[in-house]
Amino acid sequence: MIGWLIRRGLQAVLTFAAAIVILFFLMRVTPGDPLMRMTEDRQISVAEMARLKHRFGLDQPLALQFITFTSAAIRGDLGVSIYRYPDRVLDLIVARLPASLLLGGTVLLLNFTIGVWLGVLQAARRGQFIDRWLTRLSLSGYAMPSFWLALVLVYFLSTRWRLLPSAQMTDPLLDPSAPFAVRTFDLLRHLLMPAFTLAIVTIAATMQYQRTAMLEVLRLDFVLAARARGLTESQVRWRHAWRNALFPVLTLFGLWLPILVSGSVFVERIFNWPGLGSLAWEAINGRDYPLLLGTSMIVTLLVILGGVCTDLGYWLLDPRVRRP
Amino acid sequence: MRGSLKRVFATAWHTPSGQVGAVTLLLIALVAVTITPFLPDPRIMPDLSGGAAPPSFAHPFGTDAFSRDILSRVVHGARVSLSIAALAVALSISLGAAVGTTAGYFGGWVDAVLMRSVDAAMAIPRLFILLLLVLVWERIPPAALVAVIGATGWFATSRLVRGEVLRLRELDYIRAAKALGAGSPGIIFRHVLPNTLGPLIVAATLGVGEVILLEAGLSFLGLGIAPPTPTWGGMVHDSESLMATAPWTGLFPGAAIVITVLAVNLWGEAMRAAVDPRTA
Repeated sequence: MIGWLIRRGLQAVLTFAAAIVILFFLMRVTPGDPLMRMTEDRQISVAEMARLKHRFGLDQPLALQFITFTSAAIRGDLGVSIYRYPDRVLDLIVARLPASLLLGGTVLLLNFTIGVWLGVLQAARRGQFIDRWLTRLSLSGYAMPSFWLALVLVYFLSTRWRLLPSAQMTDPLLDPSAPFAVRTFDLLRHLLMPAFTLAIVTIAATMQYQRTAMLEVLRLDFVLAARARGLTESQVRWRHAWRNALFPVLTLFGLWLPILVSGSVFVERIFNWPGLGSLAWEAINGRDYPLLLGTSMIVTLLVILGGVCTDLGYWLLDPRVRRP
Repeated sequence: MRGSLKRVFATAWHTPSGQVGAVTLLLIALVAVTITPFLPDPRIMPDLSGGAAPPSFAHPFGTDAFSRDILSRVVHGARVSLSIAALAVALSISLGAAVGTTAGYFGGWVDAVLMRSVDAAMAIPRLFILLLLVLVWERIPPAALVAVIGATGWFATSRLVRGEVLRLRELDYIRAAKALGAGSPGIIFRHVLPNTLGPLIVAATLGVGEVILLEAGLSFLGLGIAPPTPTWGGMVHDSESLMATAPWTGLFPGAAIVITVLAVNLWGEAMRAAVDPRTA
């Protein structure tokens, strides 16, 4: 166990290090340096430019700049935001993390509970009306741009029918000293639309994976034996078959994180959800390179950690993996 | 090899979803080609003060804030979105095939370095790589957009091709070719690559759907091709502030994205089932 964890952890650290190298050089292969982008429309003398370059260490060789950048990053210093000068990038990111985790966690919960349930249902009714239409519906969701679905949902649920709030995380008019239950209900109402938008565009893969895995298990002899013992169909399905058809769906977890994070850039921007996605959007809008680089690094870290968690879950649940 | 590709197409065509996907795609292409000359120029603004008008006989999809015909813009947008997607996917599939074959065929440290780099690149969400690259331009030129999307889409393909090459490398006919004195380039181009064509075509088709969505997303963020050239994502972007009063400005371009991507994915999935029947 310990040995496996160390090996997997080391691999994750190496992947992250390589990703940082890629991100850093992505910023620098593009024409111009960060200062030129910051100062493009302003009149700045050559001497002033040289002084600024020296001030930010941009007159150093690229390799040295990289070492300075990474050693600062290891100490948790991701630099200073341009758009929100003089706020530190890391502070901005940490402030936005809870909202993102709340939204992302809710989406994963919706995706897995509904997706697993529908996938099992599809496998049980293979080839029938409901199976075919669920596949078609989920594929349509998969083909939808999340931003368009969000706008359409806002149009109907907020503008036309006035059922749900269309922006922010809480009602600004709500008294902050209101009872806890009232505030939680308010938060849930705001969470509903962004969470469902992201769940609808991502649920197809979960359903498809669960359906395929379930079909493979339902063919096996022990399912036949369970049926022969006179167990009810739902006991056979959930207690016996589904337990063995869960693992393939777990691998999806690692796959989801990048999609979730990218989707949240659009959805958080539309719903004004104060998470990492809208922070990335603010960075784009303000041409704020340090902030965008910092956000990308944190997002990459989350993806890699998600991969480690998936493998760990696999390792704990499925003894077959443990054999070297 | 051409024979077996034909078989893949035929098998995919004979599934209901494959047929729906293929027919829809052909219809989209047909419409884009035949009715384009009869539509008004999508970039001309006939009446700046007119505002958005709802769907009518003269403008079946209505008009946008500058009184431009939305049907015309959606149809012209199809050309822009589809050509960008096709070119970008062609680029990323070629890159993926090149890297994957190199890694798989030569093995050793070449393989290790290439594949570890691909692992790392795949950990960064593609949208963020694109954002970092695209931000350099005030408005990105179409050729650069194709290059940037193509250059960020080959990671998974290279893994796929590498796996196929590793599998093929050990087969007897490759060994026979080696024993007969064929050089590496000959073996790769004559014997290995043609046999990876099936999985590659599936990856390319599904990649087109992904790129249409990505390009629309970038345009929606205001980072795609510059207006007044119509793009689907750009039209949804323009409609955002109008959705409450003129929802048709956003509904139709978005629906065009959904229908096109769905058709591409249906056809791609049908082909995947034909290439690898186990996953059906």
